[in-house]
Amino acid sequence: MKQQEEINDTGRRDFLKTAAIATVAATACGSLVCSCSSKKATVSQKVKLLSPDGEIVEIDSAYLNHQEHMAIVSKLEARQGIAGKKFVMVVDLSRCKNARKCVTACQKWHYRSEETEWLTVKLIKDSDKAAPYWFPKQCFHCDNPPCVKVCPVNATFKRQDGLVLIDNERCIGCKFCMAACPYSTRVFNWDDPVIPMDIIGQTYSAETGIPAKVGTVEKCDFCPDRAREGLLPPCVEACPNGVFYFGDENEDTVSNGDETISFSQLIKDRAAYRFQEELGTKPRVYYLPPKDRQFPVERGYENLPDNLKERFKEVMEESNLLEKK
Amino acid sequence: MELNKYQQEVFEKQRPTIENFGKKTWGWTIFFLLWIGLGGYALYLQIAKGHKVTGMRDNVVWGLYIANFIFFIGISYAGAVISGILHILKVEWRKPIIRIAEMITVISTIIGPVFILLCVGRLDRLHHLFLYPRLQSPITWDVFAIGTYFTGSVIFLYLALIKDFAIYRDAKLNVPKWKQKLYKILAIGYRGTKSQKRHIRISTNLMAIMIIPLAIIVHSVLSWIFGMTLRPGWHSTIFGPYFVLAAIYSGTGVLIMAMWVYRKMYKLESYITDKHFVYLGYIMMVLGAAYGYFTFSEYLTDWFGSEKWNSEVIEKIFNPAKYGWWFLFANVAGIILPIFVVAIPKTRKPTLIAIASFFMVIALWVKRYLIIVPTLESPLLPMQDTRMEYVKYSATWVEWALTFAGIATFFLFFTLLSKFVTIIPISEFGGKEKAVVTAKEHEDENGKVPE
Repeated sequence: MKQQEEINDTGRRDFLKTAAIATVAATACGSLVCSCSSKKATVSQKVKLLSPDGEIVEIDSAYLNHQEHMAIVSKLEARQGIAGKKFVMVVDLSRCKNARKCVTACQKWHYRSEETEWLTVKLIKDSDKAAPYWFPKQCFHCDNPPCVKVCPVNATFKRQDGLVLIDNERCIGCKFCMAACPYSTRVFNWDDPVIPMDIIGQTYSAETGIPAKVGTVEKCDFCPDRAREGLLPPCVEACPNGVFYFGDENEDTVSNGDETISFSQLIKDRAAYRFQEELGTKPRVYYLPPKDRQFPVERGYENLPDNLKERFKEVMEESNLLEKK
Repeated sequence: MELNKYQQEVFEKQRPTIENFGKKTWGWTIFFLLWIGLGGYALYLQIAKGHKVTGMRDNVVWGLYIANFIFFIGISYAGAVISGILHILKVEWRKPIIRIAEMITVISTIIGPVFILLCVGRLDRLHHLFLYPRLQSPITWDVFAIGTYFTGSVIFLYLALIKDFAIYRDAKLNVPKWKQKLYKILAIGYRGTKSQKRHIRISTNLMAIMIIPLAIIVHSVLSWIFGMTLRPGWHSTIFGPYFVLAAIYSGTGVLIMAMWVYRKMYKLESYITDKHFVYLGYIMMVLGAAYGYFTFSEYLTDWFGSEKWNSEVIEKIFNPAKYGWWFLFANVAGIILPIFVVAIPKTRKPTLIAIASFFMVIALWVKRYLIIVPTLESPLLPMQDTRMEYVKYSATWVEWALTFAGIATFFLFFTLLSKFVTIIPISEFGGKEKAVVTAKEHEDENGKVPE
């Protein structure tokens, strides 16, 4: 119990600090989706902060506790979302070669084990004769989310900025949302998750999803804590081929880190589609068809470790792609 | 309370069952308790180590527990619908069997929801269901529906018991003081005055009418947990009525089994007559045919339409290498067997009907399993997972232990309750119904009892 109180205490202290950083971040970065990478305050840099008394003070940033994840918003804000935004993702299937950098970046950012894949890459073969292609899949953050509809306690919710998040402090673990999601997006903490040392005691926020909790459901969250800072999600940043474009539908811009382009133009020019449109879930993730692919499918298979190869073996064999080797 | 000749006869016959606990009963009680203890240990493991100890994983998020949940809520229909409908229709022969039926209802409505709780990852947060209820969620509907239904069935059972409690109270039974006191409290001062009789009659009628729609709502809502999702094999418009029908059907089966067991155990042949088995057999036959019709149209449409996602599930269910044999068993034992056993005069005998019911009830449990698992094993996107336990569900010993603990609890409650109240309601046998008691000798060709 005592330990718990201590954790809460540090949580509160951290909160004040992070709130201060948030003020700075918010003023420094007006646009959420800016193609520039955000500059982290470095040592011996003076930063202006708003003290709890309402005064502006200038201190050395070395005295600040730089936390990667910032539970900077209240529970209510985390439920409401970022005003004026409508986040979208566009996935360019013609560029994916299953490098899996997105998967590991996601796991690292969210402090998830290798087993937990919020973002996963499937090898899809649409029909017998069709060639297979790599299909990265996150949460689609549907506008008509079947998972949110069935939650009995409002633990998973749809925000005004389009995101579907989970409050793992409210989730009762009934798994109904997992049964309802047609895309197998959600994962469950079947046993006690391993919490890395550096996030122990961190205040939980639905926006960061850390720390994980046993007996609760979790999934890809489009990293709203980074969006608040104007950063792209780690999967987008990590991708060596610029497969993922993340952005704001209201601003009509999406960026893959290298280029920032018009969202509407992109989905128009490249004939984007949404996965299983006929289910009526209205996903917020658009796919650009795998036309004129930059890499042969085998490129994503050859260098995989054996256990991952096993996953795709069946599809590769069906497509007679293994014999070439 | 004054008893007439017939009531006295029924009472004397059953007196020992509530006066003596008996060595045999102790044996059974301990046997059931051992099972429950094993279940308790399994539950402890599940809570302490997380749901990792079950066979459920990210694809098959529900398994045995949900099948048990549907099963137990299903058999609770014995009392609700069978006894409720027979009460409204004023079917005289119902009287010796309604208590068994209503006991099944109350007990299985207690056990059923426990199984859905076993699927819940955070039991410590159950109060969230009431703190943050979301009316859109079928689970919230279920919480309210089952809560109301349970209350209703307890009242229904109790109303039929008040008169009997008064009889036990006045009969100077050779039982411990606490038991006598309990009878006195539970009889709530019933003396058989005109107005008391009238009140009980009116309330019982009201409850009988109310319990039927309540029961229908409960199982419809339960089926909608599945029906409201977009998954093949679940997303079906007939799921509501299909589940309701299957529930009444399995309830009838359990009722027949319970009647057979009690008749044998307490030698109640003159009250629970062969005719009772035949009549309930007829009801079971009709329900079986209707259930078969629903099953046929459900799978025919899915198979004929052969949508890709649907076909995947259908393939799993029909394929002998996967669930094909189980599906065959579910239909042969669950539909064909009971219909033929009742339809053929030669096999229309209590024991055979009870055996058919037994297989039917198991088949219906298998059917529930086949509704849950194959669908969950067929996600829209290929699983492409190397962890076998994530691809294919197989229940662990923890789940089986808790399943059998549930069944043991059912039997235990039944045993204990039958040592507390008489299995055949005494107060129901009054003057005019004397013929019912001796129904066996007097009934005419149609099974009608002369007034």
